[in-house]
Amino acid sequence: MNQEKIRVIVAKPGLDGHDRGAKVVARALRDAGMEVIYTGLRQTPEMIAEAALQEDVDAVGLSVLSGAHMALVPRVLELLAANGQGEVGLFLGGIIPDEDVPKLMAMGVAGVYGPGTSTIDIVQDIRNFVGQKK
Amino acid sequence: MSEIVQKVLAGDRLSLTRLLSKIEDGAPEGQQALAELFPHGGRAFLIGVTGAPGTGKSSLVNQIAYHYRHPADGGELKRVAIVAVDPSSPFSGGAVLGDRIRMNALTGDAGVFIRSMASRGSLGGLASTTAGIVQAFDAAGFEIILIETVGAGQAEVDIARLAHTTVVVEAPGLGDDVQAIKAGILEIADILVVNKADRPGIEQTERALKNMLQLAHPVRRDFTSPYLPASGEALNEALWMTPIQRTVATEGSGVLELVGLIAKHREHLSSTGDLARRERARLAAELDMLIQLGLVENWQKRLGNGQYEETLVEVVSRRISPGEAARKLIGMESK
Repeated sequence: MNQEKIRVIVAKPGLDGHDRGAKVVARALRDAGMEVIYTGLRQTPEMIAEAALQEDVDAVGLSVLSGAHMALVPRVLELLAANGQGEVGLFLGGIIPDEDVPKLMAMGVAGVYGPGTSTIDIVQDIRNFVGQKK
Repeated sequence: MSEIVQKVLAGDRLSLTRLLSKIEDGAPEGQQALAELFPHGGRAFLIGVTGAPGTGKSSLVNQIAYHYRHPADGGELKRVAIVAVDPSSPFSGGAVLGDRIRMNALTGDAGVFIRSMASRGSLGGLASTTAGIVQAFDAAGFEIILIETVGAGQAEVDIARLAHTTVVVEAPGLGDDVQAIKAGILEIADILVVNKADRPGIEQTERALKNMLQLAHPVRRDFTSPYLPASGEALNEALWMTPIQRTVATEGSGVLELVGLIAKHREHLSSTGDLARRERARLAAELDMLIQLGLVENWQKRLGNGQYEETLVEVVSRRISPGEAARKLIGMESK
């Protein structure tokens, strides 16, 4: 009866209200057999970290289209680490300028996905990430 | 006592959340921890919230929890845990758990812990490990535990065995008065809520529910266990009359009254023998379920390689019936 599932939060931090991409990803992860906690729009980094703790997730997926990623991402990483969840993978999607990607990866982001990314790649990356951790 | 249990009892949230996963996954450490935690439990009051999809269960749970954290009636401040169950996909086994969306008002409060669960194949409206999760919260010192079922239709009645008080949420425009006299979900309500009371059709829905309650001769809701003899004792205690409460969960209207009714039901349970009887029925139900799961697990372990598939082929080709096949497969364990 031992059945481990990959648990992922999909959240939209900040103020932009376009959640279609986040919903597409949530659905794709569900269809890949993961348990997706969908928190909805306008989440603060504090709300996301709190949900990550209470839900004991393996990964956090953020969708940011507002351009605020360089402020939001470090804050989420910091709060995850402060809660003892530094091992949780942070995956980022949305409109992220190319020059920011290396900086984000250096901060500890596990993957960055722009428009046109195949959801199959995202699923595979999360599986690999969680597989290496366990 | 194991380290994780000590930490959970000391209020460490990281240990608690990890333990909840171990319980949910059916891991041996989780089962061991539950055994150690069990003597520490039994103090929490368990409130079940159930009803059809889209009736506003999550919003209502949010409001009830908010009330216990900010008591407007001068009541006691209580620590609240929420267990919110959503369905797993029967195909992929995955799930989208979206109940937190309605619970933003509770974030940033260290006295609240919200945990989403996927049903993982269970059909009664809860997951098979929900009772274990509730026991862990209970032992960890949460005084109120709100359990939200999957969007339930007619038969998802497991919640009534688990919770002390079961709140069934209806909304205007769902079904006619024949729906209201069928057995099942309406029957398990200790409190009936008509949510979205600002919508048209509220009068009609409320009338149908009232008629349903009046048609019925009030009965004591004793659960039966297949392994226990029926008590048959005639009790001379007051019966609980299910009240109907209107709410608008998005605004919070009617919530104070609803919480008042929950408190009244709690008093009723403790002033009669109902609390003890429900406690017994709840633990009996959990015991029954665990026995069944354990038996199946044992049987699977002893099942030879390919035996199941071979027998299934015989059934599919109609050489033997499903009943014969089951007897054959179960009989194999003694070989």
